[in-house]
Amino acid sequence: MSENAVSVTAASRPRIERRFRLQWEPAQSAHVLLYPEGMIKLNGSAGEILKRCDGQATIGDITADLEATFVTTGLANDVLAFVAMAVDKKWVEVEP
Amino acid sequence: MSAVPTAPGATSAVRPGPPLWLLCELTYRCPLHCAFCYNPTDFAKTGPELDTEDWLRVLREARALGAVQLGLSGGEPLARDDLEVIVAEAHRLGFYINLITSGVGLTEPRISALKEAGLDHIQLSFQDSSQKMNDFLSSTRTFDLKSKVAALIKKYDYPMVLNVVLHRLNIDHVEEILEMADKLGAEYVELANTQYYGWAWHNRDQLMPSRAQVERAEATTQKWRERSGRPMKIFFVVPDYFERRPKPCMNGLGSIFLTITPGGTALPCHAARMLPGLDFPNVRHSSVEHVWFESSGFNHFRGDSWMKEPCRSCPEKTRDFGGCRCQAYLMTGDAANADPVCDLSPHHHLVTEAVALADAPRPPAAPSLVEKPLVFRSPQNSSKLFS
Repeated sequence: MSENAVSVTAASRPRIERRFRLQWEPAQSAHVLLYPEGMIKLNGSAGEILKRCDGQATIGDITADLEATFVTTGLANDVLAFVAMAVDKKWVEVEP
Repeated sequence: MSAVPTAPGATSAVRPGPPLWLLCELTYRCPLHCAFCYNPTDFAKTGPELDTEDWLRVLREARALGAVQLGLSGGEPLARDDLEVIVAEAHRLGFYINLITSGVGLTEPRISALKEAGLDHIQLSFQDSSQKMNDFLSSTRTFDLKSKVAALIKKYDYPMVLNVVLHRLNIDHVEEILEMADKLGAEYVELANTQYYGWAWHNRDQLMPSRAQVERAEATTQKWRERSGRPMKIFFVVPDYFERRPKPCMNGLGSIFLTITPGGTALPCHAARMLPGLDFPNVRHSSVEHVWFESSGFNHFRGDSWMKEPCRSCPEKTRDFGGCRCQAYLMTGDAANADPVCDLSPHHHLVTEAVALADAPRPPAAPSLVEKPLVFRSPQNSSKLFS
């Protein structure tokens, strides 16, 4: 529920919620999130962000890593918005 | 089963995608005798079960094609004493493993060994919220045992899906069922209205709820969803007889689902063995790749060239694929007909008549319906029906 949402900032350290499993599926050329009797197929950007959500890296670290990997800038807002959405959907948790 | 949202619709021109969902029905043996079971009523006639090596090969071949969600079901899968071996190999291969169980046989040593082997999730079935009705509907004394198993599932930190098949005799207990699920700590609850195949088809008139019962149950479910509190996701699977459009059954046959029966027959859905004139290969003799891409049983209902009117020219055919082939066959005798649930089907009256029968006044549903008693799923009844 969004009214209970924790605030997500560049300093938050997101990790995959423990009831989900993230893995790369060669047959689908995609990362997927697996949960009881279901699966979410992720697009490329979502997969790249979620695979960096290890509970250690901050959203700032993740953004910097993505910008370095894909030789680009200005991803901060997109990454923050995606993680906030993923927290809302309970795919990801951050320390309150 | 919940949706796999990204699955592609089947089209005849394109090579089909992978069988993302593999359901292994490990055995037809079951300590329960539920009158609404979807297993075939002639299961007592089927041959010997696949052995451990066969199952491990099926897992390896299906995983290589891209299968990723694995259901271990039956019958009661715990009746197989090699379940832990099967789970361990599936885990090593990277499957997400769902055990679909009555709970009978899920002792603490086994639940612990299954955790060790890499089991991801347990779906536990209850037949009702009360001991009396649970035990009547399953024709066993299992309610207390299931409650203990639910506690073990929590203790070993599995996500728990509580599954209750709904029908005329228990659908008025949805409030109590949800209370029970909440108390047991379920993360997901599936209120799955009976689908009429197998034993449930045989017992359809006794199991079909009235429209008023369905509406009350849905309203109660909605009230629970709106309550704040411990998060518990509730799925209410609407009985399709009460709809005007059919369900997109299996997302189209041969699109994402692959079922293997206890004896090794490969099916595009767990009820499809009844469909006549199709070759459903056995994995003892055929590779999973051959089954999925080459066999007529899997190719026949892909795309839309098999369709008749009104489906063939219907703009909704890409959404519901004409509905369920098994339901079309059971009710009209032709698997290529539109699912009679659709109100565009010339056979739709068969559905509305069944619902009208359920809506007609009758003595309160009681275990002692004398004129036509429920036939419980058992090897004895299976043999009797087909003697």
